[in-house]
Amino acid sequence: MEKTALEHALDQLDQASAAARLALDQVQDAADAAGAAAHAASGGAIDPFVFRFAIFVLAIFVGYYVVWSVTPALHTPLMAVTNAISSVIVVGALLAVGISAASGLATGFGFVALVLASVNIFGGFLVTQRMLAMYKKKEK
Amino acid sequence: MSADFASFLYLVSGVLFIMALRGLSHPPTSRQGNMYGMVGMGIAIVTTLALARPSMGGFALIVLGLALGGSVGAITARRIPMTSMPQLVAAFHSLVGLAAVMVAAAAMYAPESFGIGTIGNIHGQALVEMSLGVAIGAITFTGSVIAFLKLDGRMSGKPIMLGGRHFINAGLGIALVVLIVMLVLTESYAVFWLIVVASLVLGVLLIIPIGGADMPVVVSMLNSYSGWAAAALGFTLGNLALIITGALVGSSGAILSYIMCKGMNRSFISVILGGFGGETAAASGDDGIQRTVKTGAADDAAYLMMNAQKVIIVPGYGMAVAQAQHALRELADKLKANGVEVKYAIHPVAGRMPGHMNVLLAEANVPYDEVFELEDINSEFAQADVAYVIGANDVTNPSARDDKASPIYGMPILDVDKARTCLFVKRSLGSGYAGIDNTLFYKDGTMMLLGDAKKMTEEIVKAMDH
Repeated sequence: MEKTALEHALDQLDQASAAARLALDQVQDAADAAGAAAHAASGGAIDPFVFRFAIFVLAIFVGYYVVWSVTPALHTPLMAVTNAISSVIVVGALLAVGISAASGLATGFGFVALVLASVNIFGGFLVTQRMLAMYKKKEK
Repeated sequence: MSADFASFLYLVSGVLFIMALRGLSHPPTSRQGNMYGMVGMGIAIVTTLALARPSMGGFALIVLGLALGGSVGAITARRIPMTSMPQLVAAFHSLVGLAAVMVAAAAMYAPESFGIGTIGNIHGQALVEMSLGVAIGAITFTGSVIAFLKLDGRMSGKPIMLGGRHFINAGLGIALVVLIVMLVLTESYAVFWLIVVASLVLGVLLIIPIGGADMPVVVSMLNSYSGWAAAALGFTLGNLALIITGALVGSSGAILSYIMCKGMNRSFISVILGGFGGETAAASGDDGIQRTVKTGAADDAAYLMMNAQKVIIVPGYGMAVAQAQHALRELADKLKANGVEVKYAIHPVAGRMPGHMNVLLAEANVPYDEVFELEDINSEFAQADVAYVIGANDVTNPSARDDKASPIYGMPILDVDKARTCLFVKRSLGSGYAGIDNTLFYKDGTMMLLGDAKKMTEEIVKAMDH
């Protein structure tokens, strides 16, 4: 059977498309590889610790500048309020008590931590409020 | 709630805590700042509850814990006298320290709850962070308990010096490092509790050699420690609010310690090494010459002050002990009614903690814009007719400025000797807290008013009516 011009054309198209598909596959492979490399260079491979540490370091700087701007007259309330906010450690206690997964001991430790932190949260903020309420300006 | 959204909310509460501290830059914005702090704490707690989704029993336990601790805290906050603020803050620091130890223990026994692995298979990194948190927390706990006992007068303010204590402390420090390595390798509960015990002992040993005069530094330092403990556990839990707060509190305490050290012209290291403020130093000016002291009565003081144009009041911790702040306020009111300009001068280390004197004056309704810090008012003493020193001593001692041999040489002082007359209220002619003779007593312009600070002030007020 003699090939018609049309069939020739179709064959060529087939070959062309196959070539194109091959090329595309190669591009995709390359892209995948590049993506994986990029992923490795940024997101996945960098331990979350590094980001936490970055936040930690930046927060130290923020703390440094914010605390220097606190007026010396309010240094005692500053200590009381930092004391209150450091009791945000209560989140650890809540997790321990809330997700009482396996060990009763862990729940017990969590509960003690919860009570201690709550003393501090309520005591710290309220005593700060009491102190700050006393600071008054000169009556003109 | 997704973990991502929860992290976002923790970040919000961290930012609110920053704004809480920012508010304290001026008294008018400070109350709002405290409000931000409360909201931040509320967000952190609700987020954690939504994340943990506790069972009914667990939820009941949480409510019970919050109610129990909350009511104790609220009642304490309402009842505590302002003079006892340093003790209260020390006690609160100890609670943060112990809470950090307890949270770490809970993480050790139920690591699944915190997403740091399973029992026997906790991530090494989490173990390091946790052991740092638990060590700093335990040191904060016992250190603050000792500071509390000293500030509350239940334990002598005298330094307790153990022989070879530096070796003991260094040994404990090395032991802690070894134990932490062992914990990472073995994950044994016994090692964990050994870390706790070693840190508890270290906390006691670090604070007992520090004398009462250095307590403001100690309280600030423990404030800083409690922050670092919180931050270390923040890493374990991967909690942004805790990491940010820990960093804020840690740097805040460190800055306050620095300010206190500068106020006493002492290096941080020498405070930590301890031993200051206990022994009575030999009087440096003991040159055999009988020096005379001019004493006066309440009437003389009343006359001098009523005829002055400008009076600067210098309150110290003795004023707080005698509860003289209200009588003092009355005295100032009398003077102001008579057209006398009245200002208050506060030394950075007046009182037992940073800013303590300001709170006590505020409690007695002294307006905060009449109260000045050392560097803002020191040049005004030369124009003042009367400096009224009540309950302060070492912070007015001119030998800190002039006598190179004095143990407190270099400490910034309030130049009360530059006022035309210095009225010095004192119980007796003994030396001050640092055990150093005050040469101010023998100066020509000084008139000693011997008596209790409160009684003497009341008598002066009475004498002014005549």
